[in-house]
Amino acid sequence: MRGLWRLTWLEIKIYLREPLGAIGSLIPVIVFVLVAKLMPKDALAARSPTLPPTGLLGPGTVPVLISLLIAISAVLSLVTIISIYREGGILKRLRATPLRPATILTAHVLTKLLLTAVTIVLLLLAGKRYFVFGPGVPVYSFALALLLSVFSILSLGFVIASIVPTARFAQPIGALVLYPMIGFSGLFVPISAYPPLLGALARVMPFTYVVSLLLGIWRGEGWAAHGGDILALVITFVIGLVISSKVFRWE
Amino acid sequence: MAPPAIHVSNLRKSYGRQLAVDDISLDVEPGEIFGLVGPNGAGKTTTMECVEGLRVPDRGTITVLGLDPVRDVYALQERIGVQLQQAQLQKRIKVWEAVHLWASLYRKQPRGADQLLDQLGLAEKRDAWFMTLSGGQKQRLFIALALINDPELVFLDELTTGLDPQARRAIWELVRDIRARGRTVFLTTHLMEEAERLCDRVAIVERGRVVDIGAPAALIDRHCPERSVVLLTEDENAAAALERIPHLASLDRKGSRYTLHGIGDGFVSDVIGCLSEQRIRVSDFRTVLPTLEDVFLKLTGHSIRD
Repeated sequence: MRGLWRLTWLEIKIYLREPLGAIGSLIPVIVFVLVAKLMPKDALAARSPTLPPTGLLGPGTVPVLISLLIAISAVLSLVTIISIYREGGILKRLRATPLRPATILTAHVLTKLLLTAVTIVLLLLAGKRYFVFGPGVPVYSFALALLLSVFSILSLGFVIASIVPTARFAQPIGALVLYPMIGFSGLFVPISAYPPLLGALARVMPFTYVVSLLLGIWRGEGWAAHGGDILALVITFVIGLVISSKVFRWE
Repeated sequence: MAPPAIHVSNLRKSYGRQLAVDDISLDVEPGEIFGLVGPNGAGKTTTMECVEGLRVPDRGTITVLGLDPVRDVYALQERIGVQLQQAQLQKRIKVWEAVHLWASLYRKQPRGADQLLDQLGLAEKRDAWFMTLSGGQKQRLFIALALINDPELVFLDELTTGLDPQARRAIWELVRDIRARGRTVFLTTHLMEEAERLCDRVAIVERGRVVDIGAPAALIDRHCPERSVVLLTEDENAAAALERIPHLASLDRKGSRYTLHGIGDGFVSDVIGCLSEQRIRVSDFRTVLPTLEDVFLKLTGHSIRD
């Protein structure tokens, strides 16, 4: 993994030099604060007698939705960068050095994880500053659960990045694959209420486990209650890694 | 004799149903500038990338600095420097960042990065983003990256394509410097003039096969022994005298302008001897020597630009 830290640091600097780089990372924070201001005070609470137990206005739905959107934007950005690098011959040029292929790709994952982590921390700070979190929200556990989720979703991003034909299609194809997954994730309607076929589909989608983990942690459930979700996310990560290592194209 | 820096025998490589390299064999000697010459699509880049270990051949054996480029790819990459055709870097990476990143990747104590930028005339561009560099500056940066680990063997793929003649000449000088440091250079080009002026030996490649290998001058002698002389004279007796020159193949006359074609190195001397013996006064005299371009035309039956 020689060169990993230098390459990661360089990729972060290069990302921040993009016209929309730093500002792009701040947009979710601003949107979050604005949305949170408009919501009833209890909407961002862990539990509340005034909230329905599930559904769009159930506890945790809004923060989990925003988290998913942040995770997806990180993944789309990864997919786009990888495909631009591939099209421009940058990946090939890096590979013609003693850099191991895994180092090059790990640097990109680390970059995205770090930037996502910064966004999450800013969100938490903004949430505290503006008192939008209701009582009883375990913000740090939630942040950790979110990072774990982003990590496994990034491996899906790699599968997409491996197969998109050109940089022009990277963003739309990625969006088309990822956004609809939110709809079947049990975020708005519990999976138990799905018709059987849709329920079965939801159970093989990684977002289902992301949502289950994030909602649970937000509502104050312990990690132990979500061992299955964590296992599913680790499995997703491993499968994503194996598939993309088989089909990844360098040029 | 030292073992060759590169040994390739019976290399074959196809992409799906498209055959890129049919059957290529060649040896590159240590310390020489060796060129793969041929039109676009002849299989030059594929051959080079197989030798660099970036592609796995379908068939054939390759040895580079005594290593197998597929099995020993990481050991090999420590000892070679590579410039790829049409490569890019991150748009917003700074020149010094790229050079320092590359310098950190090699086990070997690299050449001083800043000294290298100086030598390649990039010192004042060290803080510039890659996307703001001109074509020539980008190529010089890629040369810097290829030289950063002081490699024993340097690969240069279509190094001067798209550059203006002045930038091209400057880059040729850099390549000669690499040879002067005792390193070996393996390059590809579709520019016959570049091959002829820069390479110690060339392999002419056409449709994935080597047509011939040798020093440019030797290839010209072997395949294009014709010499041409163009002269201007008002002397009325010139035509009769010139026709008696030995080894004259043809004589064209347009007004006072004569074009003579003959075979062999002695032909030009014979023409000069004839003019002096017959006291024929000429107002212009020039010899036209065949070039590698003519060799290519002769060997393949078409021009490289077709």
